[in-house]
Amino acid sequence: MKILKTTFVLVMIAFLSAFTLKVDKESYKIGDKVEDFSLKNIDNKMVSLSDYKNVKGFVIIFTCNTCPYSVANEDRIIALDKKYKEKGFPVIAINPNDPVAVPDDSFAKMKDRANEKGFTFPYLLDVGQKVYPKFGATKIPHVYIVTKNDMKVKYIGAIDNSSRNPDKVTEKYVENALDALLKGDEIQKKETRAIGCTIKVQ
Amino acid sequence: MYFYRMKTKLLIGCLLLAFIVSCKKETTNSVAKKTEQISNISLKSYSYDELKPLLEKKDNKTYVVNFWATWCAPCVKELPYFEKINKEYASKNVEVLLVSLDFPRQVEKKLIPFIQKRNLQSKVVLLDDVNEDVWIKDIDSTWSGAIPITIIYNKDQRKFYEQSFTYESLETELNKFIN
Repeated sequence: MKILKTTFVLVMIAFLSAFTLKVDKESYKIGDKVEDFSLKNIDNKMVSLSDYKNVKGFVIIFTCNTCPYSVANEDRIIALDKKYKEKGFPVIAINPNDPVAVPDDSFAKMKDRANEKGFTFPYLLDVGQKVYPKFGATKIPHVYIVTKNDMKVKYIGAIDNSSRNPDKVTEKYVENALDALLKGDEIQKKETRAIGCTIKVQ
Repeated sequence: MYFYRMKTKLLIGCLLLAFIVSCKKETTNSVAKKTEQISNISLKSYSYDELKPLLEKKDNKTYVVNFWATWCAPCVKELPYFEKINKEYASKNVEVLLVSLDFPRQVEKKLIPFIQKRNLQSKVVLLDDVNEDVWIKDIDSTWSGAIPITIIYNKDQRKFYEQSFTYESLETELNKFIN
């Protein structure tokens, strides 16, 4: 039994780690115009940015089921959607991991996770991993704020300044950026970084 | 069989207890006794300000610093290569430092058992600091925040690698520093 377990773990490790990162060098920077996408949501419907008629913009968050840093941020992502959806900036979550590389990030498991946590926003699978390289997401979670009128990227980075411990947050980057956009002010911190998981490809 | 299991459990319990006690001692002792023991069970938690001096020592050694976490599969895969470097290059004045980015509240549940199970010989420290945005950029302006990353440095040169290594590629890079 023990041998079986050990073998299984070893196989899993070898399997999960045999992948490298692919990111477009031409990925979006602050001020770049984003191309619309069409990805399948966990309710089986396709979602595009152009489907949203009465919004000011989008909080696009690359995240997944399995990355501990993503899991640690789930409640914060739900809170962001609740607070800013009605102000015109809904959250759109995208899982960029290849489900073959990470079975627990499969479409079925995404549905389970969203139900468990009560996601209030679309949770899309980046089938074929075509969308995340355009954004230049290098890790998860990775947030992009896009304004609807010009479809331009206004913020790239972390949710706040303490990804590992929500009790120690002293600066809420995404909220500050959204508040600035809503007021028509300049965003103070347009790019921030946080530790995250690499995006898994085959 | 049952007794055997009980014994094992007891043994693990004792080990853990001994460990926790030794950890507590360590925190009450001040930084002064740094050289005391570089065994796999002395695990210290650092803020970035405390860690920074370990990333820019100006002595005669070459340092290989790897940022990793138990939950990061590519990191776990390459750990044995860093262990091997630590062992085989010790005589060539090379020292490996493993900086864990595990969740502080999972140190006792995950990180310490991992270190024990793998019998890690390189020095392991925990980096527990908010304001990742500040220290990620300070460590390297190009670092996206994904791990693993590795820094190889000595008093003459420093290089940052946001990538995974094989033993061969790690050894090749290291040799650029010591030859």
